[in-house]
Amino acid sequence: MSGPSTYEPKYAAAKWMDQRLPIIRMGADFMTFPSPRNLNYWYTFGGILALCLVVQILSGVILAMHYVADVDLAFASVQRIRRDVPFGWLLQSMHAVGASMFFLAVYMHMFRGLYYGSYKAPREMIWILGCAIYLVMMATAFLGYTLPWGQMSFWGATVITGFFGAVPIVGESLQQWLLGGYAVDNATLNRFFALHYLLPFVIAALVGLHVWALHHVGQNNPIGISEKTESDTLSFHPFYTVKDAFAIAVFLVIFAVFLFYLPDALGHADNYIEADAMKTPAHIVPEWYFLPFYAILRAVPSKLFGILLMLGAIVVLFVLPWLDTHKVRSMRFRPVARWFFILFIVMCFILGWCGAGVPDDIAIPLGKDAGITFYRLGQAATVYYFAYFLVILPILGLVETPKKRPDSITKAVLGENHSTAGLAPAE
Amino acid sequence: MAFKTTKNFILGAIVAAASVTGIAYAAGGGVESDYKMEHPDWSFNGPFGKYDMVAAQRGYKVYREVCASCHSLKYVAFRHLGDKGAPFYLADFENPNDNPYVKNFAADWTIEDIDNETGDVIERPGITADYFPPIFPNDAAARASNGGAIPPDLSSMVKARNNGADYVYNLMLAYGSPIPKGVEITPGLHWNPVMDGGKIAMAAPLSEGLVDYDPVEINDHGELKTIAAPEATVEQMSHDLVQFLAWSADPKMEQRKSVGLMTLIYLIILSLLLFLSYKRVWRNVKH
Repeated sequence: MSGPSTYEPKYAAAKWMDQRLPIIRMGADFMTFPSPRNLNYWYTFGGILALCLVVQILSGVILAMHYVADVDLAFASVQRIRRDVPFGWLLQSMHAVGASMFFLAVYMHMFRGLYYGSYKAPREMIWILGCAIYLVMMATAFLGYTLPWGQMSFWGATVITGFFGAVPIVGESLQQWLLGGYAVDNATLNRFFALHYLLPFVIAALVGLHVWALHHVGQNNPIGISEKTESDTLSFHPFYTVKDAFAIAVFLVIFAVFLFYLPDALGHADNYIEADAMKTPAHIVPEWYFLPFYAILRAVPSKLFGILLMLGAIVVLFVLPWLDTHKVRSMRFRPVARWFFILFIVMCFILGWCGAGVPDDIAIPLGKDAGITFYRLGQAATVYYFAYFLVILPILGLVETPKKRPDSITKAVLGENHSTAGLAPAE
Repeated sequence: MAFKTTKNFILGAIVAAASVTGIAYAAGGGVESDYKMEHPDWSFNGPFGKYDMVAAQRGYKVYREVCASCHSLKYVAFRHLGDKGAPFYLADFENPNDNPYVKNFAADWTIEDIDNETGDVIERPGITADYFPPIFPNDAAARASNGGAIPPDLSSMVKARNNGADYVYNLMLAYGSPIPKGVEITPGLHWNPVMDGGKIAMAAPLSEGLVDYDPVEINDHGELKTIAAPEATVEQMSHDLVQFLAWSADPKMEQRKSVGLMTLIYLIILSLLLFLSYKRVWRNVKH
């Protein structure tokens, strides 16, 4: 939807620059980008996520100036950051809580994309790039969680890298190659630190492509009907800059509540104990944002099959644009898919709950000493997770009758009788 | 799915955040016992909570005289005791290295060092810049003196356990609870239902009157006041120790909460102004 550029350089210097490197034009076009006029608050998470990435990179770069990647010094260096570096307590908490906030926002952003069909043509590349960003985020978060060298850091890294050992034939050598030794040790910590510093910049590059693709095809919107006329759109600035700014401020309030008043609520107490290869914690549990995948991993008794399932849970997202063949994007007009989608969200929460639970414990009691275990519940939710993508959406694509849709965004917003609408921003 | 109002949006986000916290905390377990966990209303709980500095000062004495025979405090330096928000902070000594309490406490410990002239290993009294020294020369020595278990470092103990303040407090009080039938305690171990698994290598460390509490002098708005020493019951000592260890685990808590309050006030006003701007920019635009 990026039409011809409307930027006209006003000053000689700007004109000079425009003829050589049209970077001001790029920024100006970005600010006046025609956006659908009906975007709701679910569409503010893109801006929120951009902010999250900036917060993580800035706080991370400063933390890296004080952190020491050495098995004998890493834990102590984090303690020093928390106790002695001026405002180190703030930076360290901001980075740790920030990771949780980043995932909170990315899940909202992904659920929004799933609900409004933002992955459908012509936006497949935006979606695939988004999935790639999410995958690299997961890797970055895992690598970063190892760095403080607490008990959960060490044992989490041991468990996750152990997955690679389950690969047939080459598994053992692959695992040793990744770790740089037979176990998680100094070589592992050093390479994890190097990669943890590298990957955020890979994310930033992917975000650039994600936004580029978005600006090439235009934004989706809650009714999923493409922009047709000028009256369907509003300039990005000031309409969406102010709306995004408000949403970001509200998001920051929630961030600040966790950062200043509940800094440890999203973490594990065990990570305040220095890593000890001789002492396994009672429960090795990943951070909350990985719990659903942890439940999928544990849903089958075979280690290899569990890993394949967990990988499959992410791979299936990449091919979603070709699994959901229904021509209607927004689930507002898909009366059946909508309910399956809501159930999908519920199942994701159930998977998270099962990931945190002990598999043999009773999750849902049914009478005395009997009930559904976390293991069985996790299996059921895993089946639904895959069925949603591999069975429900493909079948609904063939059989679901959509509700009547408005002809255009303008008509959806202003009623059937209007064809144009006031576009001038209030001064 | 779309939130109709801003309020719903905020509530939705908070509920989502709260529910994931709940999920993350669903794990955990204990042993069956008659012991009832006590959950004191700690002065440092809540958004405005502060450490009870008088109690924390007594808590230091409990650490020094009881815990420190086995447990190190290796991430804490003596100077930290005199920092702002620390138990021995004095407004007249912004630089904690000048703080007379801190100097005295440091000098009270023996620090191993190297003689610059001869290169010999020597012992000297501590200075404010020193960290609390290790109790045992190495892990093997710690294990040998403690029936195979290394006494954990206490610097971050209150953060290293779920509900750490309650955990440490109850761990002190739960000694002497009746041992449930079928549980066998081998020599060198002790029954303590608060400990994960119920068996702990540490013998009951506190007993009535173990520490000789001193009166504490405080500066109450420019007026010197003396707080009389309370009776050194096990409950009192445990309480005081928790105040001290809660500080050592989170020495920047008071700064964190006050910066947090300012930040929140700023962000809430900013949100409000941005909301009004949003309403104004969009007032003629149907969407």
